Amino acid sequence: MNVLYTKDTQAIFWNNNQSAIQRMFDYDYVIGREKPSVACIVSPTATDKFDKFFYGPDEIMVPLFRNTAEAKKRFPKADVLLNFASFRTAYDVTIEALELGGFSSIMITAEGIPERLARKMNAIAKSKNVTIIGPATVGAIVPGAFKIANVGGIIENIINSKLHRAGSCGLVTRSGGLFNELSNIISINADGIAEGVAIGGDRFVGSVFIENMLRMESNPQVKYLVLLGEVGGTEEYKVIEAVKNGQITKPVIGWCIGTIAQHFSTGVQFGHAGASANADRETAIAKNKAMAEAGIHVPTSFNDLPKVIKDVYLSLNISPVVEPKLKEMPKSQKKKNFVCTISDDRGDEATYAGFPISSLATPETGKGIGDVISLLWFKKQYPKWATDFIETVIKTVADHGPAVSGAHNAKVTARAGKSVVESLVTGLLTIGPRFGGAIDDAAKYFKYGFDNNLSPKEFLEYMKKQGIPIPGIGHRIKSLKNPDKRVEGLKKFASKYFPQTPLLKYALEIEQLTTSKKENLILNVDGTIGILMVDMWRALGYGEEEINEFIASGTLNAFFIAGRTIGFIGHVLDEKRLQMPMYRHPFDDIIYDVQMADEI
Amino acid sequence: MAQKAIREFDAKTILHRHWSKYFPNFTYSYETILVESGNNLQNLATQNSWLENKKLVAKPDMLFGKRGKNGLVLFKNNKPGDVTLETAVNWINDKSASKQKVYSSFHGNTPNGTAKEDFLTHFIVEPFVPHNQAEEYYISATVVGDDDVLFMSAEGGMEVEENWDKVIEVRFSITDNEDFIAEKILANIPNGIAESERARFGEFAIGFFRAYRELNFAYLEINPFVMIGNQIELLDMVAKLDDTAGFLMTEQWGNIEYPTAFGMEEKSPEVKAIEEADSKSGASLKLTVLNPKGRIWTMVAGGGASVVYADTIADMSGVEDLANYGEYSGGPTTEETKFYASTVIDLMTRYEDPRGKILIIGGAIANFTDVAKTFTGIIQAFEKYADKMKAHNTRIYVRRGGPNYEKGLKDIKASADKLGLYIEVYGPETHVTDIVRMALAK
Repeated sequence: MNVLYTKDTQAIFWNNNQSAIQRMFDYDYVIGREKPSVACIVSPTATDKFDKFFYGPDEIMVPLFRNTAEAKKRFPKADVLLNFASFRTAYDVTIEALELGGFSSIMITAEGIPERLARKMNAIAKSKNVTIIGPATVGAIVPGAFKIANVGGIIENIINSKLHRAGSCGLVTRSGGLFNELSNIISINADGIAEGVAIGGDRFVGSVFIENMLRMESNPQVKYLVLLGEVGGTEEYKVIEAVKNGQITKPVIGWCIGTIAQHFSTGVQFGHAGASANADRETAIAKNKAMAEAGIHVPTSFNDLPKVIKDVYLSLNISPVVEPKLKEMPKSQKKKNFVCTISDDRGDEATYAGFPISSLATPETGKGIGDVISLLWFKKQYPKWATDFIETVIKTVADHGPAVSGAHNAKVTARAGKSVVESLVTGLLTIGPRFGGAIDDAAKYFKYGFDNNLSPKEFLEYMKKQGIPIPGIGHRIKSLKNPDKRVEGLKKFASKYFPQTPLLKYALEIEQLTTSKKENLILNVDGTIGILMVDMWRALGYGEEEINEFIASGTLNAFFIAGRTIGFIGHVLDEKRLQMPMYRHPFDDIIYDVQMADEI
Repeated sequence: MAQKAIREFDAKTILHRHWSKYFPNFTYSYETILVESGNNLQNLATQNSWLENKKLVAKPDMLFGKRGKNGLVLFKNNKPGDVTLETAVNWINDKSASKQKVYSSFHGNTPNGTAKEDFLTHFIVEPFVPHNQAEEYYISATVVGDDDVLFMSAEGGMEVEENWDKVIEVRFSITDNEDFIAEKILANIPNGIAESERARFGEFAIGFFRAYRELNFAYLEINPFVMIGNQIELLDMVAKLDDTAGFLMTEQWGNIEYPTAFGMEEKSPEVKAIEEADSKSGASLKLTVLNPKGRIWTMVAGGGASVVYADTIADMSGVEDLANYGEYSGGPTTEETKFYASTVIDLMTRYEDPRGKILIIGGAIANFTDVAKTFTGIIQAFEKYADKMKAHNTRIYVRRGGPNYEKGLKDIKASADKLGLYIEVYGPETHVTDIVRMALAK
């Protein structure tokens, strides 16, 4: 790898540091990146699934995950971790990422990580060939490709300092604050930087000057190097060595800040934690002298640095950078109040999850209502067996006669002269834990028993402790001998078309046990639907967490609602056509037991 | 800041607290006491009978070394090991009564360089341990480069530096495991150690090195320690802690104090006030007064920038003109900036300089600090101190970039103009330290 990042590099950002992330997206937009530079965010306390950010005039949704493992699983190609954890947790976050693998570089911003932990983390990263930037750094940038968090500051400064496109300088600094300054100096006196890294101010940092400079040496875009060192430590000597032995052949301009320290024997700490000179050769003056002796271009003072940069740059006769066209940041960005991820009515034709309606609607498309549900409810194209199953469910639950409470309510309302929609919702509002709601709960409890390896016997004990009848078990009249044909149909379909039905198998074992106690304690239609839906999602490759979320958000009952709406509308229209009068319940069907109210 | 020196007494206390974990087969009496005066020692005698029963050794416990060569170790009255409580009490009272000279470097026994002078305020008192030279050993551990290094020698004591060629150095990578470390230590026991003592020394060294690592010492030295059978006495210790590990070590270290070095100038109330404000703030506020009568005062945003301004002033004007060093960064509030600026300006307007004063309000191009906001605090300080600043003929030079810098520069210029203060303001188009040159050229 001869360049740290490219225009395709994507990062996982650890900690939802919104302003820093927004700055990355501003940068991405202006330089015209195709993909945002942050793929997703790890936020251990997040309760939301995504956060919204501006991308130029638009808002984009960036997924949030509770841990790095999930984020990496979902975005395996995001190979940069931007670790913005605090000094207390930055080490653990880094180690976890190193163990997960798949990261080429990890940037750590926290200052003051315990030294032993920092050393260990750096050593492990090195053994795994992972470049660590930091700790205690503002980051790094490859202009025109990828910028870490706050490096370069706000977008106006980035453009002023020509950090939006590649120049020809490779820049390494210790200080993050002066990194910006150097970028600015280099933009004024030369053509900007091609790659820049602030290695970090702590005593033990991961990648040091030499490692970054050797990479820049092999990066053809970099024509010369600028090193801004600091009093303390001996890292600059490794660079001097590399210049002497020819590992670095490109011109190097070097300066170590902290020459002031010579005037004060002890007591005053100038600069960073890593910046305390323990020996003569660690002083800024000694290092500047040694650099000059090795042939590095060393100014007489920091104030003369711009001139030296200009001289070296001009001596190289580098052809001028063709300034790219930049996208302009919109003057104002408006936060959106709503988010839609399922359909889009802008453009020529409205789409369902990307499919124009006309491509789904007519018979010759071969698509059915199951396909429409899979697109609008799950944003996925389910295979035929699954969409067929969904349709089977919808058809199976469409109606169950006028006597069930929902249909009854719809009928009573229709007879009171209310409209179709009013009568329908009266019926729908009846759907809940006792009417139709068993699908959710059957899925939930059977899945729980299965996931926790409860034997059928243990499952019954567990449900007994919960103090509720097993959802999805029991029928008014049907039994094993007199089976429910709807259930038979669903089971038959599943055994023929589902890749596997482990949860159904489990439920049938439980049914064996329950029916041995009482004939009619069979797996009923609600239970069968709930259980088979879980089997379907598993076979489609959904993770357990996603399936649990489907259950928790009421997706299973939604199938019942969708199906039964057909039946309710039927009953309401039936009432309308029959012009049945207002319904009044007969007195003799009510027990009246009204006592005189006590005075209290 | 990371590595911080602690008192010998505290180092011994930490080791003692974890003794059975690291040295299960050794005993250590931990008869040691920290006092601030002879009277203080006298009062403690009732609770520590060994002070009356045993002969004593007393020495200052204030982070400096070469106490023996500086004549600051009391171990004899007429002959070694005859110091009684009374002698120790009197000696400590005597030594703490007036400022003492301490040299940090010696050629043989002759002091080299200049001495630091200060009051002795802390003494460590311990029993005198009769032993022979062969029972004295040297051991220390620290970080060199990326590695931990363990130093061991059969010959401890004051002359260890002169006999450094006899010290065995063993290097360890941070990722080496316990077994590997133990084996490597055992394979490198110094030759000078008697055959009968090698196994025991090895066991102690393994425990020592583990304690050094696990307790997050940055430096740990016992010179010498005495090993008589399984009895260990820690005669002299030097230790530094990695204070960034403090949050992991609250229990292991206990309540630890980081004393200021002997001979350091007492911090002024202003500096203390800034330190206190810094400790309460999420931002960073640092101030060191280098020369209260200095002509050039700085108020610089950011650690790196503050160094280059100090470098440049020392280069162009001379270090004696540089009055202070410090920085504010990390997005301080307006109130914090006002307090910081007021403190600097107040200090600046105390001593007269016929050439007038220069106030450098400098900084690199900020990443995310709102420049206009931080300047609001400085403007408020100007309003408070305008008359004094004029009386001291102050010229102000401002250079800053970053978020909202144009408004910041405009505001501060307008305010200074209105108050009748001399000011020049520059943005990122001007080199960061060039205002120093401009200020001096005028």
